[in-house]
Amino acid sequence: MSGTFLGMPSFPRNAAAAVQDSQLRFNLRKATHTIRDRRLSVVGELPDWAELRQAGKAIKDHTLRHLDTYLLQMEEAVTRAGGKVHWAADAAEANRIVTGLVKATGETSVVKVKSMATQEIELNEALAEEGITAYETDLAELIVQLGDDFPSHILVPAIHRNRSEIREIFLSKMAEWGKPAPASLTDEPRALAEAARLHLRERFLSTKVAVSGANFMIAETGTLVVLESEGNGRMCLTLPETLISVVGIEKLLPRWQDLEVFLQLLPRSSTGERMNPYTSSWTGATEGQEFHLVLVDNGRTQVLADEVGRQALRCIRCSACLNVCPVYERAGGHAYGSVYPGPIGAILTPQLRGMGSELDRSLPYASSLCGACFDACPVAIDIPEVLVHLRSRARHARAERLGMRAAGWVFGKPGRLARAQRMGSRFRRLVPRRLPGPLGGWTDTREIPDIPAQSFRDWWEQTDGGRR
Amino acid sequence: MRVALFITCVNDTLFPGTGQAVVSLLRRLGCEVEFPAAQTCCGQMHVNTGYRAEGVRLAEHFVDVFAGYDAVVAPSGSCAAMVREQYPRLVHAARSSGPRVPSGLAGAVAEMTPKVHDLSEFLVDVLGVTDVGAYFPHRVTYHPTCHSLRGLRVGDRPTRLLSQVRGLELVPLRGAEECCGFGGTFAVKNAAVSSAMCADKVRNVMDTGAEVLCAADNSCLMHIGGALKRQRTGVRIMHLAEILAATEEVR
Repeated sequence: MSGTFLGMPSFPRNAAAAVQDSQLRFNLRKATHTIRDRRLSVVGELPDWAELRQAGKAIKDHTLRHLDTYLLQMEEAVTRAGGKVHWAADAAEANRIVTGLVKATGETSVVKVKSMATQEIELNEALAEEGITAYETDLAELIVQLGDDFPSHILVPAIHRNRSEIREIFLSKMAEWGKPAPASLTDEPRALAEAARLHLRERFLSTKVAVSGANFMIAETGTLVVLESEGNGRMCLTLPETLISVVGIEKLLPRWQDLEVFLQLLPRSSTGERMNPYTSSWTGATEGQEFHLVLVDNGRTQVLADEVGRQALRCIRCSACLNVCPVYERAGGHAYGSVYPGPIGAILTPQLRGMGSELDRSLPYASSLCGACFDACPVAIDIPEVLVHLRSRARHARAERLGMRAAGWVFGKPGRLARAQRMGSRFRRLVPRRLPGPLGGWTDTREIPDIPAQSFRDWWEQTDGGRR
Repeated sequence: MRVALFITCVNDTLFPGTGQAVVSLLRRLGCEVEFPAAQTCCGQMHVNTGYRAEGVRLAEHFVDVFAGYDAVVAPSGSCAAMVREQYPRLVHAARSSGPRVPSGLAGAVAEMTPKVHDLSEFLVDVLGVTDVGAYFPHRVTYHPTCHSLRGLRVGDRPTRLLSQVRGLELVPLRGAEECCGFGGTFAVKNAAVSSAMCADKVRNVMDTGAEVLCAADNSCLMHIGGALKRQRTGVRIMHLAEILAATEEVR
């Protein structure tokens, strides 16, 4: 990723622009519906999916409740296996640690395994400031990096691009970063993958430092686990002389055995596969390779302190919620202004970053509360519950506050409601076809319903419930 | 059995015909329904927009009004889900942070919630009927609203009821389980996305060739219907209660 999301306008404004992009909507619809259907079919194969989901939830909740214990256990196990553990309270500290580690090797470039945590802390930008180039090696991340673009999906960062756009990016940008794409490049997926393979292969063989994240950390053994589809991650994890893994503290699982649950939940929920092609695990340093683990908090303990909001920390970054979300499908990932888009982003970003900016305050409202995300979530995060919870913590605009207070007053006594209804009925012919202010958002595309001559309560009173 | 009608503020104010249909339908099935006139609003708009304190006050009022009844029937999946799913959470959350919560509210809510039913649940589960003796000779498609589907989990109860209606041809709706984009204040706060969602719903409704779009929530119908009308599609919206109340005699 290049650049930063800072200073972006609110979600409604970003989304209003995005829905006008018909190419984007076509790409997103096609991609999300494909993954959505695949997920449904492989989840449906497992008779014990509901139990697995509950087990996943329970293991994560247990771990979060005893996070302090398991983190220390993890540190001890990694250290015992020859690795070095670093603690980072926030993004700046994590970036400082990683930059320092890379500088100590004397190298000026690193290869990267796809990682959400390093995007969250904007590591690539921090490295660039110190003259270190980070090369993304995940195919989709490569597309985003070459295109000087932002990721728009957790699992498929370039989901907003179709293959002819990718061909253009490869042709015009690969040469700036390394081995150029062949001039005869077509938009066949096989040809695009081959161009990326040749471009990256050169990189893997020449780079001595790698940076990764991890899907899971096992406290009992000190093992890190990465699930991927391409094998590029494994290249990064095994070839370089120094491996630095940057991992959020909530990625812990207590025991090796717990993986059994998550290796079933994650691939089926994310790519819609029974099993992903490459699962790599490593414990500490191996011969000829130095290993560093950077444990990142960056707002997570603050989330943990919130009784309702903390369930967001169960997230295993599968992105099933994105793929079923009707809002994400129309607005696209960039509108969320965060590396975590979609429903999970709408509850995670405002908790991690706080609700200081207009954008972050608007995120809990980026949902119709339809509940599709909760049903799809493999660790049963009740996203609508957290959205409503965060809305109650958000600062509201003055006009809205007054309107809501007035509505609350009217609903406070049945007599007030009846009088308001009668007033509406009396002036019902005067209601304009286009409403003013924010309410115009309704009448731009929809008629407002006709106000009836009489409310139900007045009808009931007048006719004794229809008996007169 | 004392049955109360929880009309909901939207139906009370904008769709009185739906309430009248519920009354005539339940009477036809031998069930006398009372209308507690002190009722106002369940507080869903306030709570879901982030105004918890007002929500708690309205919840308190709601449980006061409906306390003495054996069953509370609402012609709205969304408002029934508000009471059944959200009230317990609301009280819990309000207690641990923020607004003043009267003692005894948690108990009153716990007692209240199992008695609250959406219309289709009340007909199928409490009265035990799926054939309500209705007659409606039209081509109808059904939109299962999100809160009925994923909140209350009413499942196929509404379509079981509709499939027993004489003369009615029920045509399946593509992408039926997808949200129409209403979402309360979402429709105004995120009007662009809401309208885009609605546009897809309208296209799917048009593809069915139905004369009538039916749902168990007038708020969603108001949203889809508003677009159907703006586009002059000629497709009518009708609440489930209105179709079930229609008979050969009353046409």
